[in-house]
Amino acid sequence: MNETLRLRVNGQDFELQVRTHHTLLQVLRDQLKLFGAREGCGVGMCGACTVLLDGQAVSSCLMLAAQAADKELLTVEGLAENGRLHPIQQAYVECSGYQCSFCTPGFILTTLALLEENPHASEEEIRDYLAGNLCRCGSYVKILKSVKLAQQQMLVSKNL
Amino acid sequence: MYPPKFDYYRANSVDEAVSLLQEHNGAKLIAGGHSLLPLMKLRLADPGALIDIGRIASLQGISHDDETSRIGALTVHAAVERDSQLPRVLTEAAGWIGDPQVRNRGTVGGNVAHADPASDLPTVFMALGAIFEMAGPGGSRQVDADDFCTGLFMTDLNPDELLTTVVIPRAKNGVGSAYAKMFNPASRYAMIGAAAVLSVEGGACREAHVAVGGLTPKATRARSVESALEGQQLSEGLIKEAAAQIQNDLGDDLIGDIHASVEYRRQVVPTFVQQALEKAWQRAG
Ligand SMILES: Cc1cc2nc3c(=O)[nH]c(=O)nc-3n(C[C@H](O)[C@H](O)[C@H](O)COP(=O)(O)OP(=O)(O)OC[C@H]3O[C@@H](n4cnc5c(N)ncnc54)[C@H](O)[C@@H]3O)c2cc1C
Ligand code: FES
Ligand code: FES
Repeated sequence: MNETLRLRVNGQDFELQVRTHHTLLQVLRDQLKLFGAREGCGVGMCGACTVLLDGQAVSSCLMLAAQAADKELLTVEGLAENGRLHPIQQAYVECSGYQCSFCTPGFILTTLALLEENPHASEEEIRDYLAGNLCRCGSYVKILKSVKLAQQQMLVSKNL
Repeated sequence: MYPPKFDYYRANSVDEAVSLLQEHNGAKLIAGGHSLLPLMKLRLADPGALIDIGRIASLQGISHDDETSRIGALTVHAAVERDSQLPRVLTEAAGWIGDPQVRNRGTVGGNVAHADPASDLPTVFMALGAIFEMAGPGGSRQVDADDFCTGLFMTDLNPDELLTTVVIPRAKNGVGSAYAKMFNPASRYAMIGAAAVLSVEGGACREAHVAVGGLTPKATRARSVESALEGQQLSEGLIKEAAAQIQNDLGDDLIGDIHASVEYRRQVVPTFVQQALEKAWQRAG
């Protein structure tokens, strides 16, 4: 079956014909050509497909595109502004919080959800919040460093 | 990984969902999709048609009155975790489900309707003495948590019914509750879950409601543990002794896997029951 959906992605509205059995991840990648969200496991375990749905981290592999209609979506492509990286992206670059970077968009978006929800998150809270994002390269130590750097810079810029 | 093709229908009300279920034989409801879509992708289910109930407003959210809290079937785990008016055993268990991505999409109704033995909420609702409200072609009906799960992945729901609300008693003074869990190291599903609700008066246990899950095919009431506690003066020694009684309630159809064998789970389950009881006792204040 097909359905015409309104999807709002990275602040832009799209009207799309989608197959109603397609996942949000499929539609983002195959129709909108946004390749930041990746398929690692396809069953909700790895976080590589994480996007923000109304500000909340969700797995786009376990959501039908039809379920995302009329909601606000953010993918990693929507983070940079006027060619300038978001402080979280900048922190991952500065700390080399990745090796192959397959998991990075998912980690960055989960980091954003975390720091919006809990700007002063402790190390334990950071680890707990990132539990659904796996890094096959094992870059966890540098990912943690990246999150802490991003946290500091976001606190400074928000005067918290 | 792609699910097999299916027809997709969106229900805007409970009545519409019930008629769609009647019209489409073998159709399945989809709420958060966090159990159903993995099953379909792994070709363990191929329902042919899905009925999306995710936008039915009357099934969303939590409301409280003096006696009870009503949790709509579509309420996600993250919302349960954040509601400080709910009993601790429930907010604690909801906060330990999977990871943030799972808690942001997985629903209370889907969790209990799926009746996965490794799920946390059926165990918690059993200890809380919850009532499940369901709607079908003949109207609505209620079932006690003790009778809702009928076996491995099986519930009392008919194919043309949906779960609408879970009703639980309000947390009261003198009642403490807690959850203890042995996590699967990868998925964070429960390998063992123990839920305890203790009502304490003058240092004695007036009433105990205890349930375990994760290692049994369905959530299981720990009646031997309860009767070892009720009417007794609470102490660490008594709690340890009572927790050991769990062996009488488990039955002999236990679940084991590569992460933890049947023998191992049987050996350690009293420790988790004990942890839940001790925390519940402290919280009864
Ligand atoms: C990686 C991962 C980790 C997880 N870890 C945990 C954990 O630690 N503890 C835990 O308890 N759970 C865990 N879960 C499960 C999760 O919590 C979901 O609650 C659960 O998958 C089902 O909820 P859902 O809304 O996604 O249901 P769906 O997948 O949409 O539906 C599941 C089943 O229930 C039926 N159904 C859904 N809603 C209703 C309704 N209102 N009435 C009747 N039938 C209905 C559907 O038809 C389907 O058969 C995990 C899931 C994943 C993917
Ligand atoms: S691809 Fe979605 S969680 Fe792994
Ligand atoms: S950097 Fe390679 S998977 Fe994380």
